[in-house]
Amino acid sequence: MAKVKGAIVVDTQICKGCEVCIPVCQEKVIAMSSEVNRKGYHYAYMNNPEACNGCTNCGIVCPDRAITVYRVKVST
Amino acid sequence: MEALDIIKPENQVFCKSQLMTGNALSYCPGCGHGTANNLIMEVIDEMGISEDTIGVAPVGCSVLAYDFMNIDMTQAAHGRAPAVATAIARTWPEKYVFTYQGDGDLAAIGTAETIHACNRGENMVIFFVNNGIYGMTGGQMAPTTLEGMKSSTSPYGREIASMGSPLKITELIANLPGVYSVSRHALHTHKHVRKAKIAIRQAFENTRLKKGLSFIEILSNCNSGWKMTPNDANIWMEENMFPYFPLGDIKVEGKLKV
Amino acid sequence: MSELKLMKGNEALAEAAIRAGVDAYFGYPITPQTEIIEYLMNERPEKRTGMVVLQAESEIAAINMVYGAASTGKKALTSSSSPGISLKLEGISYLAGAELPAVIVNVVRGGPGLGTIQPSQADYFQSVKGGGHGDYKLYVLAPASVQEMADFVEDAFDIAFKYRAPVLILSDGLIGQMMEKVILKDQKPRRTDAELIEKNGDWAATGKKGRERNIITSLDLQSEKMEARVHRLQKKYAQMEKEDLRFEKINCDDAEYLIVAYGSSARISQKAVELARAKGIKVGLLRPITLFPFPKKELFELADQVNGILSVELNAGQMVEDVRLSVEHKVPVEHFGRTGGIIHTPEEILEALEQKIINNGSIRHHKTRESSIL
Repeated sequence: MAKVKGAIVVDTQICKGCEVCIPVCQEKVIAMSSEVNRKGYHYAYMNNPEACNGCTNCGIVCPDRAITVYRVKVST
Repeated sequence: MEALDIIKPENQVFCKSQLMTGNALSYCPGCGHGTANNLIMEVIDEMGISEDTIGVAPVGCSVLAYDFMNIDMTQAAHGRAPAVATAIARTWPEKYVFTYQGDGDLAAIGTAETIHACNRGENMVIFFVNNGIYGMTGGQMAPTTLEGMKSSTSPYGREIASMGSPLKITELIANLPGVYSVSRHALHTHKHVRKAKIAIRQAFENTRLKKGLSFIEILSNCNSGWKMTPNDANIWMEENMFPYFPLGDIKVEGKLKV
Repeated sequence: MSELKLMKGNEALAEAAIRAGVDAYFGYPITPQTEIIEYLMNERPEKRTGMVVLQAESEIAAINMVYGAASTGKKALTSSSSPGISLKLEGISYLAGAELPAVIVNVVRGGPGLGTIQPSQADYFQSVKGGGHGDYKLYVLAPASVQEMADFVEDAFDIAFKYRAPVLILSDGLIGQMMEKVILKDQKPRRTDAELIEKNGDWAATGKKGRERNIITSLDLQSEKMEARVHRLQKKYAQMEKEDLRFEKINCDDAEYLIVAYGSSARISQKAVELARAKGIKVGLLRPITLFPFPKKELFELADQVNGILSVELNAGQMVEDVRLSVEHKVPVEHFGRTGGIIHTPEEILEALEQKIINNGSIRHHKTRESSIL
């Protein structure tokens, strides 16, 4: 079976720092940045990018759709 | 493989819907309204019915839904969305019509309009976002506020004796023959979102097949009103609201689930 | 086929609505106008023209149904009587604020409160001075005959769509219930969806085919935008005053005294004018047909000619204030009107004219009838 590898891009200005994406990430990829955006929110980012498999869980629970998800098949 | 190798347009598997206007959502961080707005538009876009859909926005936190949803919309007076939608559905029988309402809109001031549109079995979809509180006006008690739940107008917790029990409006209207399908969902986890998406799609399918009224209740947090973080609010919702307002199908194809 | 029929006012209005190609009627029973929805239900206009007729759960639901249909550019009509119109006022304010075309009919009964079911004209303030909240006005048509009950439906929709504004037909229980000859126009077909989109597709929420989305709302949280919206509305009302004022003058050319009356009071006052003329009193009648716009200029000019004006209305004194405002103190203005559902007679009107305006004298009481001439 081919493996998949994923990555997310967070629109840091749209992210409101609600952290709802974190519990749904099974691979514990996401953490909140110590930086803040223009509105003063800490935004989400890939703290552990290697673990991301592009499952889209984070994307579909994000109330602001700040997350775009990418995924590729990788031959083992 | 580096992230930069993966982040290419051809590898994109999820992004925000084109059927949202792109305006920044005015909802609080972590609020279920944002997820609901987006999810409904995703379904409408995927079904290809955006040109034939008219939404009716309520009064409440989602009064500005028409600023976010990129379809024709009309904003209705508080509680009256089902009446507004009734007229649209009857004068444009081939269109998809939905209301999007909160708990004050649907179960307090709009109780009559809700019940009668359901009783008539209007061919449309009602989305009921239930967070057990009045968010927009600053966190007052709602008909669906739980017993003991604190709000700005029940500062010592909701008392059944003087304030009545939380209203199970969804179970009430499910008993009306005109209502074709009723289900209750949440949107705080991926599993719940995926289940809700199927229900939303089925609801618009029901409209296409002229089956009558489809009613989808979406339990949501209101972290501002409940005065918790979004994740804490979602846990509170699971522990307190789910037992009283159980998720799942309540009525399927015109028959109550027992 | 254009037809001559003997009909009740309410029924003539309902039949005229079908023939004018109205798309939808939403209503709720209340005396003295329930014949409108009963007639429509009986006629099955969905078979004649595809017109939607629905008995709503309340007057509030009905006005919001009108709002919904109007949002999509459909010609929507509702009717009620005084207390029911009070219920509709929020919806009417929304129609005005969202700039939607719609027609509302008020067949006025005695009030305030539950009042009585007999006729009155005590909703003048409610109709003309807003009634609902906010800086809006209604274009108000006041029929004085069964013929006008029929004709004004199409006129009202023409105005409503010309200005994208709600229009009120202010009738009363007498006009609504009485039977007269009426000529009904030929059936006009309802607009097809394509015709509607061609005419109103620039604003109506019909589903965004081949265009950007249309939003119907009366909300503007940014004050500058709200002010712009309010100014836009006021411009409409100014244009209505300029272009669509309607009134009728009867026997005014040589008049030394003037009666101002609308609706059923105008009909009765016509007889009072006849009686007065027979006694040698030169009195004329100015009948406003639109109450907004109001014939201010006409009254201002007539005030140069006459010695006094009597405003005759079935209420405790409402339109008289606008008459006074219009004549700007040039001439005495008094009010006369029975209330409580009692209809004044031509003799009572003449007596009031003589006492309050001509003789300016003391009050006489009838022996046979309790008079409330104050």
